Amino acid sequence: MKYYSRIIGALVVLATLVLPSCQKKLDLFPTNDVTAESIFKDPAGYKNALAKVYTSMAVTGTNGRDIPSEIVSDEGNTGFLRQFWYMQCLTTDEAGWTFFGNTDPIGIHEMKWSASTLAVAGAYYRGYYNITICNNFIIESSDDKLSQRGISGTDAENIRHYRAEARFIRAFNYWALLDMFGNIPFIDDNYVIGSSVLPPQKSKKDIFDFIEKELIAMEADLVAPKTNEYGRLDRAASWALLARLYLNAKVYTGVERNTDAIKASKKVIDEGGYSLHPEYRELMLADNHLNTDEFIWSIVFDGVRVQSYSGTTFLVHGPACADAGLSGAFKDTTGTNGTWNCIRLTEQFVDKFDVKDIRGQFWTSGQQKNMDFLLGDASTAKYGYSSLKFRNKTRTGQLPGSYAASNGVFVDIDFPVFRLAEMYLIYAEAVARGGTGGSNATALDYLKDLAKRARPGDPSAASSASLTLPYILDERGRELFWEGHRRTDLIRYGQFTSGSYLWSWKGGVRSGTAVDSKYNLFPIPTQDLSSNPNLKQNPGY
Amino acid sequence: MTIKKLLYVLVLPLLLLTGNVMAQDKVVTGKVTDSAGAAIANASVLVKGGTTGSQTNADGTFSLKVPASAKSLTVTSVGFGSVDIPIIDGPLSVTLRSANTSLSEVVVIGYGSTRKKDLTGSVAVITSKDFQRGNITTPEQLIAGKVAGVSIISNGGQPGSGSQIRIRGGSSLNASNDPLIVIDGVPLAQSGIAGAGNPLSFINPNDIESFTVLKDASSAAIYGSRAANGVIIITTKKGKGGGLKLNFSSNLSVSNIAKKVDVFSGDEVRKIVNENGSPARIAQLGQANTDWQNEIYQSAISSDNNLSISGGIKSLPYRVTLGYQHLNGILKTDKLERTSLALALSPAFLDNHLKFDINLKGIMQKTRFANQGAIGGAVSFDPTQPVRTTDKRYGGFFEWRESDGSLILNRGNNPVGLLEQTFDDQKPMRSIGNAQIDYKFHFFPDLHANLNVGYDVSKNTGTRFVSDSAASNYETGGVRSQGKQTKTNTLLDFYFNYVKDIKSIKSRIDVTTGYSYNNFQTKDYNFRSYKANGDTFPSSKPVQFDFNLPENTLVSYFGRLNFNYNDKYLFTATVRRDGSSKFSRDNRWGTFPSMALSWRINNEPFLKNSTLISDLKLRVGYGITGQQEGIGFYDYIARYGIGGISNSYIFGQDTVIASSPFGYNASLKWETTTTYNAAIDFAFAKGRINGSVDFYLRKTKDLLNSVPQPTGTNFALYILSNVGSMENKGVEFNLNVQPIQNKITTLDLNFNATYNKNTVTNLTVVPNDPTYKGLPGSGAAGYNGAILISQVGGPRNTFYLYKQVYDQNDKPIEGLFEDLNRDGIITPDDRYLGQAADPNLFLGFSPNLGYKKFNFGFVMRASFNNYVYNNVYSNLGRLNQIAGSYTVGNGSANYLETGFTGKNAIQGGSDYYVQNASFLRMDNISIGYNVGKISRGKAVLRISGNIQNVFVVTKYSGLDPELNNGVDNNLYPRPRTYTIGFNLDF
Repeated sequence: MKYYSRIIGALVVLATLVLPSCQKKLDLFPTNDVTAESIFKDPAGYKNALAKVYTSMAVTGTNGRDIPSEIVSDEGNTGFLRQFWYMQCLTTDEAGWTFFGNTDPIGIHEMKWSASTLAVAGAYYRGYYNITICNNFIIESSDDKLSQRGISGTDAENIRHYRAEARFIRAFNYWALLDMFGNIPFIDDNYVIGSSVLPPQKSKKDIFDFIEKELIAMEADLVAPKTNEYGRLDRAASWALLARLYLNAKVYTGVERNTDAIKASKKVIDEGGYSLHPEYRELMLADNHLNTDEFIWSIVFDGVRVQSYSGTTFLVHGPACADAGLSGAFKDTTGTNGTWNCIRLTEQFVDKFDVKDIRGQFWTSGQQKNMDFLLGDASTAKYGYSSLKFRNKTRTGQLPGSYAASNGVFVDIDFPVFRLAEMYLIYAEAVARGGTGGSNATALDYLKDLAKRARPGDPSAASSASLTLPYILDERGRELFWEGHRRTDLIRYGQFTSGSYLWSWKGGVRSGTAVDSKYNLFPIPTQDLSSNPNLKQNPGY
Repeated sequence: MTIKKLLYVLVLPLLLLTGNVMAQDKVVTGKVTDSAGAAIANASVLVKGGTTGSQTNADGTFSLKVPASAKSLTVTSVGFGSVDIPIIDGPLSVTLRSANTSLSEVVVIGYGSTRKKDLTGSVAVITSKDFQRGNITTPEQLIAGKVAGVSIISNGGQPGSGSQIRIRGGSSLNASNDPLIVIDGVPLAQSGIAGAGNPLSFINPNDIESFTVLKDASSAAIYGSRAANGVIIITTKKGKGGGLKLNFSSNLSVSNIAKKVDVFSGDEVRKIVNENGSPARIAQLGQANTDWQNEIYQSAISSDNNLSISGGIKSLPYRVTLGYQHLNGILKTDKLERTSLALALSPAFLDNHLKFDINLKGIMQKTRFANQGAIGGAVSFDPTQPVRTTDKRYGGFFEWRESDGSLILNRGNNPVGLLEQTFDDQKPMRSIGNAQIDYKFHFFPDLHANLNVGYDVSKNTGTRFVSDSAASNYETGGVRSQGKQTKTNTLLDFYFNYVKDIKSIKSRIDVTTGYSYNNFQTKDYNFRSYKANGDTFPSSKPVQFDFNLPENTLVSYFGRLNFNYNDKYLFTATVRRDGSSKFSRDNRWGTFPSMALSWRINNEPFLKNSTLISDLKLRVGYGITGQQEGIGFYDYIARYGIGGISNSYIFGQDTVIASSPFGYNASLKWETTTTYNAAIDFAFAKGRINGSVDFYLRKTKDLLNSVPQPTGTNFALYILSNVGSMENKGVEFNLNVQPIQNKITTLDLNFNATYNKNTVTNLTVVPNDPTYKGLPGSGAAGYNGAILISQVGGPRNTFYLYKQVYDQNDKPIEGLFEDLNRDGIITPDDRYLGQAADPNLFLGFSPNLGYKKFNFGFVMRASFNNYVYNNVYSNLGRLNQIAGSYTVGNGSANYLETGFTGKNAIQGGSDYYVQNASFLRMDNISIGYNVGKISRGKAVLRISGNIQNVFVVTKYSGLDPELNNGVDNNLYPRPRTYTIGFNLDF
């Protein structure tokens, strides 16, 4: 029939119209994401990647969560500061978790954690996530990569600084993991990310040596103190971390390094150009980025641009709304709308402050000092004072500009990781512990300076200071409370797990009890033990 | 492929060809009835071997002009068999036998069709005569309870909301368990369009002619990497030629809430708070007795009207349907308006050598989604407070306030306010169409070439407005946001089909081989968010990308061989090779083979003359299918994401956006399921008793599990990897019995039963890693963490909770659990593997009785050993929920049984809340009456009455035992619906 030719014709037309479009490759690429090559093609891209390195210390994720729900169900818990704070402060007399409904941190204050405790896993995985991000940046910013990508001159010089900063943040995370977990897996920039090679476990001593070596090696590539943009760190941070590392060297390696601690802290004090900020109560305010006199390096938070439930927002909301009828008053005082009502201080810690010490910034109205009850809801939240140390108000008592934009949720308070006062205290303690190269007189002067700032209305403020270890431990508590030091301090003084110092609900008992010394280290989380056969659990777990 | 090109493809062949008109000079009339003598409407009557055809009227009669040369007619109707009848002088009387007994019925399978008797795989066909009845708003509900091995659980009572469909228990944990759905040859993408609760809601249930469910691998493997969860093929109604026919149907229904959650009245709350509350709470008590559930639910009136026109213009059979549904939810402010238009053209040319099958469907929906937060609010909001106050600050609704009138934060909002002050308006539309062109070669008529081009395009635009006086968004100044999404999916299939009866060796072979291309593209638009007054939220600016354009492509080659020896031995083999853009080049291609054998024992000499056994067939099959849904489009590629404004960093004064590497797994590939199937099909007493028993074993390997990465080795700490394995074993039983069959009365009984046992066999890189507890499942409100787990050795989604300790009166002791590992403290390690959420046995029973002009039927389903966690009890059955921390609330009556204060953190993790939720449910009961000819014989009227969700028998204490995830919390209640319907044929 004559139709054959028409049909065959139609089929041919169809084939030519349709089939070519089917040859489209199966290689499809997302429209809004990019590859390493396009990110790192120019200096601006390097800066975006550096922003990721820094913001991993601040927020819970940039493109979705950094720490998946398999590890910590509530994303709000997963930022560095909050996880670190759970481990460092919530474990001690500085704070107890009082709200029954958020179970992640429950048991931390009571020292009842195990290898499957979410908050413990969160701190561990957050540290390694940050290290992996740093490793990647360090790999991508090697001199070879820069020259391959045709980046040279001032641009290359800037990126070398970026790289040293990433090395510092890696070293800082390794320090935090060393302090919390002891013998830990080790991965540096020689590791090919995405490969299936299992990282080795290194001893505390090896990790200590790595951090020390890195901090010394990166010094030359970091910019001089106070010469960097705000938010980025400089050489003084590397000295400050060294000082902290050396002060605790005996815990980490069995060998005292007090002389080195004196040297490193003195270097910050003498060469950093820092001075104590005159007003203690201005340290943790919404505009505390102005405190460049005392702050060495801060994690930056902003109500609009760096939002995190895990940052200082947590340190304002957590203790907030001390009494139901007074939530308005608390809001007025702290500059947020938060009412999480979940953190209180033990009476033992509150007792370390006398009335003349302005650092004791507590919410007492409607509260009972004694923590007779730990875990409950708002009706039991009256047991224990609450903290007012972190307030989302400016020095002039105003709400910050971002308040309305973030609906009063996210705060502007930066978190100083290192500040001069800590260096004073390290210097004094290292001297008191017998380190050489410093002087008792200088050490006592530093303590007096802190006491004078802390007790502006007390004519005998200076004489309240004394160069003794018990005084320094308490003074560190008073000066640095909620700043992430307390657990490390109590361990250094042998008081964390032992019966020599008890606080409410230590070991899960109202008046406190000694616990097994295994709790000086946290256990390596179950997940990592099962995915990496190279790892051995810490003793006792 | 662009739409434009598609249109070209559709139109061009029509232009090239012209209709073929034949001489017609004889009129044949007759009547078609079923074996009981009842008229069969809309049966198709065709000249055998020709293109001329017509349809029977509502009374079964037909009249057809035929060529003088025509010798006989072929009469077919869906659900019935096909009969060839010689043309004689005078009216013809044609009797069709119900499909249950007709093995020559043609069944649509993937890329073609086959005779039912030639089936070797496990295939179920449900035609419109067996559908569920009533106010059906979404197609899959038509076959709920009708097919062994297929579980269909609606997601709740919202109009148009979807269902969870599981065929033989599904095959996945982390990826998808949803079957592939193919509509008139167009496979649908699994993800629906934004703005519609359910992708299937875009198919007008009234347009559907039949469902074919491909359950085992030998039938489904032709769909390769998308077939591991089975395939559902939906075929819509087509025109059958002949004179113009009009059908108008209208349903009017009223839905009411069937059961409310048992919470306290205002008086009861006043009593509890006065006895137990703090002075501040007592002072908060109001004087009202508000039943918030009564305030948010309503009697909802819905209507469904359909007009269809069908017939033939010369050799062009057509069918056009216009549907309009107006559905109201029982939750106030829930509305769905749906307008649908479907056009089906099936012209044939050149002596039937060239056939077209063109289907175009379009649906527009206009939805207002109610704020479902009101459902939870209504059971927890203080019943002592009134709905409205004289103060108009929050729109006149009662809300919790501080002494200065400002809102007490995070206290829950007035449920009625949530409904009336939220305007979530979505306007999704979708069009699905295809043109299938089948050419039977003139010089080689055993060979067909078949081209199918199809598209599935959808678009949604929506807005959400919450006024600045609404308490829910008061702090932010209200919300005015918008969204837009488009989807463009394109399809091209081309295959050859060769069928040959080789009489000399008593064999028939049927070979198909082809190519398929499928592309899925979504365009998601990004918008800034605005306050009610139009100001932008400062943190929302500006959008980084105007839109995102995720896309994936599947390219496939497939082939099938059917071999039939002497109608006794049947052999089928299929193979499909799929290439998917979701995987790296190394893992991109997968091959999915299958094989099946069947033996028609009744055709053996020793049974051939049996009067008892009319059919007996043994089937065995084996096949491998894949699963790639639920896997990210680009998960194998090392990528960086560009962060948002709110999680950037500040250097100096500058905001620097963070670019962040994603975790990736370059070796990702599909999950693979191997299925073994053995079955017997049987029919006795001339088919009046027939059924089948299927045994199956499905083993899934390369199961995706989210696996912890050794720290430091990847950017993601958990990555989906192909590590796990799982098994489903089961038995399906299907039985149809026609105990009564005479001219006055017919009774059909359908019964089906499914037993399925699911076992997770591995989840870790190193098999049976004892430190890995399992994959956590869903959580529960008021409790932190998962309550379900998929653990090796047990079924997926098993409750993993603490063991409650009871006092001597069997009352649970708050906060006291068994220390199962005897280490002195209660830790998460004291949880144990309990009961599974999914049932292991479910049944369906649907009888249909025809008596004179009446018909009567119902559908019942039963489910056994499905366990449910009563989250209403756990979250609301405690004092601090009622006497409140900050404000008074309402709680579950379960508080009276437990007396729990609510101050224990892990009480929600108690196994006390898990209950056996086995149930028996009557889905549907219906009665119909055929009034007969009205309006001087111009029309035939049928009327029907129907009740849906008639009753549920269960020991479960909560609202509804039928849940698809085992957690009972704030379910949108399934309403009880009363429907009356009219159906007019002209």
